[in-house]
Amino acid sequence: MINVLVIGNGMVGYKFCEKLVSKAPGAFKITVFGEEPSPAYDRVHLSEYFAHKSVEPLLMAPRQWYEENAIELITSEMVVGINREAKSITTHKGRTFNYDKLVLATGSTPFVPPIEGSNKSGVFVYRTVEDLDAMETYSKNAKTSAVLGGGLLGLEAAKAAMDMGLEAHVIEFAPRLMPRQLDEAGSNMLQSTLESMGLHIHLSKSTASIDGDEAMTSVTFTDGTPLEAEMLIISCGIRPRDELANESGLEKGERGGIKINESALTSDSDIYAIGEVASYKGMTYGLVAPGYDMATVAVEHLTGADTKGFAGADMSTKLKLIGVDVASFGDALDEGNQYKSIVFEDKNAGIYKRVNISKDGKKLMGGILVGDASNYNMLFQMMLNGMALPPHPEDLVIDTSRQGSSAGNTVDMLPEGAQICSCENVTKGALVQAIEGDGVEQFAALKTCTKAGTGCGACSPMVNDILTATLKKMGKKVRKVLCEHFDYTRQELFDLVKLNNIHSFDQLINDYGKGHGCETCKPAVASILASAWNGLILKQDTIQDTNDRFLANIQKGGTYSVIPRIPGGEITPEKLIIIGEVAKKYDLYAKITGGQRIDLLGARIDQLPDIWEELVDAGFESGHAYGKALRTVKSCVGSSWCRYGLHDSVSFAIRIEERYKGLRAPHKIKSAVSGCRRECAEALSKDFGIIATEKGWNLYVGGNGGANPQHAVLLAGDIDEETCIAYIDRFLMFYIKTAEPLNRTATWMNKLAGGLDYLKQVVVEDSLGMGKQLEAEMQLLVEAYACEWKEVVNNPALRARFKHFVNSPEADPSLKFDKQRAQKVPAGW
Amino acid sequence: MTANQHTSQTLTDTVNWHLAARVEDFPENGGACVYVEGKQIAVFNFSARNEWYACQNMCPHKQQMILSRGMIGSQAEEPKVACPFHKKTFSLLTGKSLNGDTCDIDTYPIRVEEGVVYIGLS
Ligand code: SRM
Ligand SMILES: Cc1cc2nc3c(=O)[nH]c(=O)nc-3n(C[C@H](O)[C@H](O)[C@H](O)COP(=O)(O)OP(=O)(O)OC[C@H]3O[C@@H](n4cnc5c(N)ncnc54)[C@H](O)[C@@H]3O)c2cc1C
Ligand code: SF4
Ligand code: FES
Repeated sequence: MINVLVIGNGMVGYKFCEKLVSKAPGAFKITVFGEEPSPAYDRVHLSEYFAHKSVEPLLMAPRQWYEENAIELITSEMVVGINREAKSITTHKGRTFNYDKLVLATGSTPFVPPIEGSNKSGVFVYRTVEDLDAMETYSKNAKTSAVLGGGLLGLEAAKAAMDMGLEAHVIEFAPRLMPRQLDEAGSNMLQSTLESMGLHIHLSKSTASIDGDEAMTSVTFTDGTPLEAEMLIISCGIRPRDELANESGLEKGERGGIKINESALTSDSDIYAIGEVASYKGMTYGLVAPGYDMATVAVEHLTGADTKGFAGADMSTKLKLIGVDVASFGDALDEGNQYKSIVFEDKNAGIYKRVNISKDGKKLMGGILVGDASNYNMLFQMMLNGMALPPHPEDLVIDTSRQGSSAGNTVDMLPEGAQICSCENVTKGALVQAIEGDGVEQFAALKTCTKAGTGCGACSPMVNDILTATLKKMGKKVRKVLCEHFDYTRQELFDLVKLNNIHSFDQLINDYGKGHGCETCKPAVASILASAWNGLILKQDTIQDTNDRFLANIQKGGTYSVIPRIPGGEITPEKLIIIGEVAKKYDLYAKITGGQRIDLLGARIDQLPDIWEELVDAGFESGHAYGKALRTVKSCVGSSWCRYGLHDSVSFAIRIEERYKGLRAPHKIKSAVSGCRRECAEALSKDFGIIATEKGWNLYVGGNGGANPQHAVLLAGDIDEETCIAYIDRFLMFYIKTAEPLNRTATWMNKLAGGLDYLKQVVVEDSLGMGKQLEAEMQLLVEAYACEWKEVVNNPALRARFKHFVNSPEADPSLKFDKQRAQKVPAGW
Repeated sequence: MTANQHTSQTLTDTVNWHLAARVEDFPENGGACVYVEGKQIAVFNFSARNEWYACQNMCPHKQQMILSRGMIGSQAEEPKVACPFHKKTFSLLTGKSLNGDTCDIDTYPIRVEEGVVYIGLS
């Protein structure tokens, strides 16, 4: 067996192993050395470590994977020397290993410029899990921070510092942010968005020294001005870790890195170099996709397979900063002034888009997107494949997303060879082959078998579009079936349930499914049954998601939170006192929620019925904060108090919340009523929102906060309360009947063929003649409402289900709590 | 009723049977937690298959004492449980992590006689 040693267990070193074992299982004996304690993890998503506090979710593969594939993984051991004559390597522990073939995948280290004081405590780099741990510990005693470098990584680090609760400053030497990717106008737009998020930005500043005694307290710029900062994160570029080349005499690139040819071979024909440490034609690459390409090429060379060879890579990037979209591709800056550019700028929405097109107006050469990068994949493909521009190239930068133009048509235009997933180098042709040739019909299966979308994930929407478009072309009705147990879409199942008067999961799976269900179809069917009949949820408690099963949200540690309904956010002082008393009695953590009500957290499962009993006795009901159901209808103070109020928004909000409370749907539903255009209740961010006008109410639908915010759009204007409620009945019932599981109204509407115009026809103009039926169906659900907390409180058999052990009255002995600002919180996990 | 002997234990281990609770203490097609010999054990009454399973209550993902509140189901023919926190799934037959990104879990032999559920510990 050929003995392969891999030095470096980073993203690229791992990818090499994965490709090698899948290409030639059992043909190579593989040993991997990693200096870091953990097996390879996804460095691209390093910032998510702050959310998980554990590397596990970021691992490229668990340790077990290496074992299963007979790869020896040696972590926490650094290779310090290569003896090319003896074909062996030595580690810092003095151990020696022989090799037939050697792979260098040592990555790079952050470059720390020679600034006086950079050895003081408080100075960090941003590269490894250990860096993040050190930073987080240190930040507990700090209030201010600065990041040296306003590039891609620097901005990501600054956002992380802000999320740690620090005041964050970004210091950039160039006169603009991301100078290699953005032009001045793009940078200005990005800057103002970041500033509105609370970042402080200092351009054209060069840092002379880092000051303070033991620990840093400030930096001083070369113009003499100081900036206070207790922490500094240095993000000034990277340097390849090519030190192993020095003493062993491997040839290096002009600007550092280990020189490789198109087969990823170094100047020694038994040694490969891949990833950030490699230098091809004088270029090193600080991105993961070119590294993966090199890993592929090295594996192909090693196994004697056909290979295209490595031919350099594109440096287009999409920044994954939460809250701001930024992308830059191709020749984005046009420094040579060879192209014509079309620019779209909307300072109000913080959007800047620029595309550079060839002088003859035929080809797209590059571009910049700030504030809205949803077209990035398509534009990038257009450029890479030299596709013809549309008749009005300005359409490329003007937002057409809400006009019902579907991406499905546009992916059709892409050539077969278009590279869709750059991390895994998957072409459109390969995806189509998997769908047409191998019969793959599900998005998840397509990802597993082609690996597309499993790297950075940026291409996932496009992979999905290609799936849909290809299936459509094959004449297949594109049906998003629930899972392996039901060969039906949610809409089809909803109809089956209604037509056949089915009331239980068991009956549905017996008659229309196979197997024994799973965590995907059980909650989906539970939601369908609830939307169809509004029966008592706990009659079938074991098909409910955990929150619905226990009528409360599960928390870290396994306790639950209790949120009573407070319609419209209006509450009497007496009721406030009761909530306070209950919180005190059961030692619950209390917090005002983002939905204008009060959350009591940390209740043990056995305490839930007792807590509800006290609340129910005082006139409270369940707030359904746990369900895919109506949540809150927020209100502003409205005309009863506010000097601008046009109508009584509080009364209307309460009326609406009382009407739809307990209504279960494919996903949660939120609403709000504002008393005038100042919109203090934020109705435009809700699934349906209502705003008072001089003449009545405007009804907006399809808004969303959360992960992909979207403003609601006007469905009907200047209508009275009764009409408004009739339209909401129709809108909600139509959504409930036709949406896919876990699609909010915004997602549903974005996919609805015919878009808003069609929705208006159905709801307002009643084009399907279903208006009265939809209203009647809603009326039935409204009448079937009962408070589910109350049912449990009054039913001893249901009550008995609320305990931790069935054979002991004891509470879970593993529950642990800490204290924070005088209230209890669960111990961290 | 059935007695499942699928377990990660070897035959040479001597199994001691402990009374857990009565059949009606467990919901149909669902689970509950029992306290046996200082151990938290999740017991599932998989009535759709007419089978019973037992495994550790702790989810290895975030070390939460919770699997008994998980949802059970099948993947192809394999019976499984999904953790309520992040829906990691485990085979109830072998304890193997079906997502492949956490450790496996321990399973225990279980038998039901005259309406009483017993769990085997070695
Ligand atoms: C308690 C609360 C945070 C708070 O303390 O303010 C909260 C807590 C949770 N939210 Fe929220 N959301 C809360 C208001 C919001 C809001 C603000 C609002 O409603 O005005 C939003 C944005 C508005 C929106 O939904 O469009 C919001 C957007 C989300 C999302 C993203 C939804 C989306 O469409 O992208 C999720 C994830 C999901 O539902 O899939 C989520 C999920 C969650 C879950 C349920 C996550 C979970 O499954 O455990 C959180 C439970 C935490 C816990 O441990 O109890 N929460 N969440 C708020 C409860 C409001 C209430 O009174 O019921
Ligand atoms: C915060 C952050 C965000 C990023 N975002 C993106 C992004 O959005 N898109 C993108 O394309 N790229 C991004 N990158 C860059 C991407 O992570 C790297 O391109 C990729 O990790 C390079 O892989 P690699 O295997 O070459 O190097 P690494 O992942 O650094 O792996 C090298 C490994 O080798 C080990 N090692 C080095 N020398 C030795 C030795 N002598 N003995 C033993 N072990 C050794 C190191 O400890 C390290 O674990 C980001 C990087 C960071 C830090
Ligand atoms: S409460 Fe909402 S925003 Fe906050 S951590 Fe939980 S899900 Fe995220
Ligand atoms: S704690 Fe069980 S899946 Fe995360």
